Amino acid sequence: MQITLTINGADHTLDLDPRVTLLDALRDHLGLTGSRKGCDQGQCGACTVLVNGRRINSCLSLAVMHEGDAITTVEGLSDGALSPLQQAFIEHDGFQCGYCTPGQICSATAMLDELAAGWPSHVSPSLDGPCELTEAELAERMSGNLCRCSCYPGINAAIRDAKGHQA
Amino acid sequence: MKPFDYLRAENTAAACHAGAGRGAAFIAGGTNLLDLMKLEVMAPGKLVDVTRLGLDRIEEEAGGLRIGATVPNSDLAADTRIRRDWPVLSRALLAGASGQLRNKATTGGNLLQRTRCPYFYDTDTPCNKRTPGEGCAALGGETRNHAILGTSEHCIALHPSDMAVALRALDAQVEVQSPEGNRRAYDMDNFYCLPGDTPHIETMLEPGDLVTSVFLPAPKGDRQVYRKVRDRASYAFALVSIAAVIRMEGGRIAHAAIGFGGLAPQPWRDIEVDATLTGTTPSAALFDKVADILLQGAETHGGDDFKIPLVRRLLPAVLEEATA
Repeated sequence: MQITLTINGADHTLDLDPRVTLLDALRDHLGLTGSRKGCDQGQCGACTVLVNGRRINSCLSLAVMHEGDAITTVEGLSDGALSPLQQAFIEHDGFQCGYCTPGQICSATAMLDELAAGWPSHVSPSLDGPCELTEAELAERMSGNLCRCSCYPGINAAIRDAKGHQA
Repeated sequence: MKPFDYLRAENTAAACHAGAGRGAAFIAGGTNLLDLMKLEVMAPGKLVDVTRLGLDRIEEEAGGLRIGATVPNSDLAADTRIRRDWPVLSRALLAGASGQLRNKATTGGNLLQRTRCPYFYDTDTPCNKRTPGEGCAALGGETRNHAILGTSEHCIALHPSDMAVALRALDAQVEVQSPEGNRRAYDMDNFYCLPGDTPHIETMLEPGDLVTSVFLPAPKGDRQVYRKVRDRASYAFALVSIAAVIRMEGGRIAHAAIGFGGLAPQPWRDIEVDATLTGTTPSAALFDKVADILLQGAETHGGDDFKIPLVRRLLPAVLEEATA
C-alpha cells in the first residue's frame, strides 16, 4: 500500500506491506535506526516514539494506521542542540550500552508532559493531582522502559534534572 | 505474521459490514491483536481499522458517561469526571500495563483482550481456545496465572483486564452495533460467556458486531476501592484484584458491588456476595463469610492454590477499607 507518514516534521511516501510495523518502517524503510527493536512485543520500551505527542510502543502498531499522525523519533527531539533530556542523560551517565536510551528519552519526554498535565499514576496518593515526581512516581511512570544494564540511578537523575529545567 | 488485507473504515456501518466478512477482525489500538498476530495465534485475513469512526469521545448522559470504544485507556483514566465520580475505574486503568500501552489500548479493545494463558500463546501446545477440540495444556501444566472460578474441563484461562473488573462493579453496559445496523446493549453481567465446552467463544458478539461505546451509569456508591496484587510492583497482570463500590447509610452497607480479577474467565461478580453484604453492619465475621461464599466451588490446579488464602486476606482488607 502507498502511504505517507509525517516523521519529525517531514512527509515520507512509502510503499508498504500492511504487516510492516511503525518500528520496522522507521528502521528498515527510512533508515531512522534510533528507535530500537528489543522485545518486539511491547515489554521493553526500546521502540518508544511519540505520536501526536503521546508515547507509544512503535513495535505494536502498524505503519499504515499512522497516516496523518505527527510522529517524533529520538532523531527529531534535537533541534540543532540536544533536548534538555538528551543533555541530562549525558551529564548523568544515564546509560551503559545505550540500546534502551532512545526509548527511555522519548518515553521520559512524554512522561514529563503527562505529569505537567496532572495525570495521576497507580502510586499517586490522590487522583486529584498535581503529582510530585517522587522515586515511586518515577519508577511507576517509567515501568514500560527496561534497562538491562540497570542504569536506573543515572536515568532517574537525568529525568529529574531535565524536569528541573522544564519547571 | 500471516498476510492480511487492510481496510480503513470510513464510518461505523462500513466497519460492521467489512467486519462481518469471513476471517475479518477489527483493529484499534492493536496492542494485544498485533502481538498475537506476530505469533500467529491469531491470523485474520482482513483487518478493519476502526480508529477513525469518531468513537473517541466521552459524553455525559443521564448522570452517567458514554465512553467511546476507541477512547484510549490513558485518557479515560485521566478524565476529571472519572477521577471524581468513578475513581475505581481510574485506579483500575492505572494499575494496568505501561504508560505507552495505555496511550494505545482502547476501551473496547481492553474489554475484548485475550487471555495471557501461556499455552494459548504457545502454538506448539494444545489449546481449546485457540483450536477447539485440541485439548488443554494448562491442565496439568504451569498454572500460577489461571482461573479458579467459572472454569471448565476444557479451559482454565482467565480474563486479564483490570478495567473490566471495575466496569463490572460499576454496572456498566457494553453498547454494540450489528452489520444490520441494529444497536443493542449488554450489561457487563451478560456480555461474557463462560468457557464450558466452547472456550473459543468469549463474548456475545456475533461476526461484524462492533463495540461502539460503554455506558457508565451514575455511581451507586461513593466509596470505591481497587486493589491489585501482582508479582512485581508495576506492569504485571493481576494475581488477584478486587474492585469494590460501596455506599454506607447509618453505619450499614446500603449498596455493595464487588468485582474480581485474576480469578475467572471473565471479570467476576457474585450476586450472593453483594446480597450478603447489603443491609448489614460491617464486621470481620461478615467479611470472612462473604469470602467463603465467593470461594464455594472454587477449583485450584496446584500452581494457583495460593489464590485461595490470598483472596481470604485481600477481600476483607478491601471491604474494611471501603466501609471504614
